[in-house]
Amino acid sequence: MKYTEEHEWLRPEGDLVVVGITSHASTQLGDVVYVELPEVGTVVTQGDEIVVIESVKAASDITAPLDGEIVEINEAIADEPGKVNEDPTGDGWFFKIRPTDMSQLDAFMDEDAYEAMTG
Amino acid sequence: MADAALRRTPLHDLHAGLGARMGGFAGYDLPLSYPAGVMAEHLHTRAAAGLFDVSHMGQVILRGERAAEALEALVPVDVLGLAEGRQRYALFTNEAGGIEDDLMVANRGDHLLLVVNAARKEADLELLRAGLPESVTVEPLDRALLALQGPGSEAALAALAPGVAGMRFMDVATVTLEGTEAWVSRSGYTGEDGFEISISEKAAVRVAEALLAQEGVAPAGLGARDSLRLEAGLCLHGHDIDAATTPAEAGLGWAIQKVRRTGGDRAGGFPGANRILRELAEGSERRRVGIRPEGRAPMREGVELYDSADALAPVGRITSGGFGPSVGAPVAMGLVPAALSEPGTRLHAELRGRRLPVTVAALPFIPSNFKR
Repeated sequence: MKYTEEHEWLRPEGDLVVVGITSHASTQLGDVVYVELPEVGTVVTQGDEIVVIESVKAASDITAPLDGEIVEINEAIADEPGKVNEDPTGDGWFFKIRPTDMSQLDAFMDEDAYEAMTG
Repeated sequence: MADAALRRTPLHDLHAGLGARMGGFAGYDLPLSYPAGVMAEHLHTRAAAGLFDVSHMGQVILRGERAAEALEALVPVDVLGLAEGRQRYALFTNEAGGIEDDLMVANRGDHLLLVVNAARKEADLELLRAGLPESVTVEPLDRALLALQGPGSEAALAALAPGVAGMRFMDVATVTLEGTEAWVSRSGYTGEDGFEISISEKAAVRVAEALLAQEGVAPAGLGARDSLRLEAGLCLHGHDIDAATTPAEAGLGWAIQKVRRTGGDRAGGFPGANRILRELAEGSERRRVGIRPEGRAPMREGVELYDSADALAPVGRITSGGFGPSVGAPVAMGLVPAALSEPGTRLHAELRGRRLPVTVAALPFIPSNFKR
């Protein structure tokens, strides 16, 4: 599992990477009430704003952590956004991406580095 | 994060001890939410009772013979007719008919007690000092203010001060609470039954702790206060109403009693009376309305409203909005042309470059639950 500075977690799964937000991020956001996911088939570039996440407090963007194509999205969190708070690293995942270059993952933090960052 | 420039309320350490997330609001460091979270605090307030620290709000005493009459020169409401032991909603208006602030005025026998918005405290004091005769003294107070809101409020407060059970909505009374003198009003900003409790700063922690110890009472922060008042269709000054919004536009005509309207015994005589009274009689060009987004995406202040999916110019805008935990869906308020203000009117809101359908809705979004 890898982590971005924007509090996304990235979990390789075969030639895909599953992406969601960390437990730390979901606590900071507060109760999530709406998630807008990209469409399956969207080709994204690292840094593109592809997810809008709204909590009771505010709206935030989640950017594409890798270059690639969105191959699956978690429709369940569109209907039940609360899953992002309940199980951010499990049922609350956002999307699966097929990266053009798996080695982009190497640049991200491992769990220890992420924990050090969030204190 | 602590910000040295922010003022603290007497309950600051209590909030920290409860694990509150703090944030700056109107120059004060205040609890935005507690560990339960905005959603749980909101729902708990509607189901039982929430305790809010609103000590940032301004409390001002007006004293002097004819204080009520003098205050009528600044507000379009009936102050002279306000009975002792009663409170009333009021507005400071300007010459253009706009709203400088909204406030509560209580008749406490030998004086009037005003409660004004934190962000407008200094401006309101200036307006009072400039607009009242020298015979009326204007005394800002350093007192704590707690709001206990929700259907469980009466039982919780009556356990400490039994007399409050007999109060009706908008009654005010002085009671003894944990050995200190408390000025209590049966009112609030959530659409629920509840009380606002003014106490000395040094008694604040003691009283707050005693209330939190009552069954069903949980702390609630500014986040829940905002979503509760939004569902209740209550205005937030600086957002839904401001110096450029008139009472008729804001749908606050109910706050202006007959006696101050055209044909009344004390008609007019307040800033902006011409426009305000004309609009009450003939209608205003714009109206504040409820807005229900049809999708799940919350729509917040500043989102522009269009009368069709492809119209070039907006016809109005959202003035406050978010997710309504009790409604279970996004809710908002906005200003729209009178012709588009009927509940059921379909409009489009532009969110992140897309036009999404919304419907004009009656306010409040949830029925109010006052003890009349």
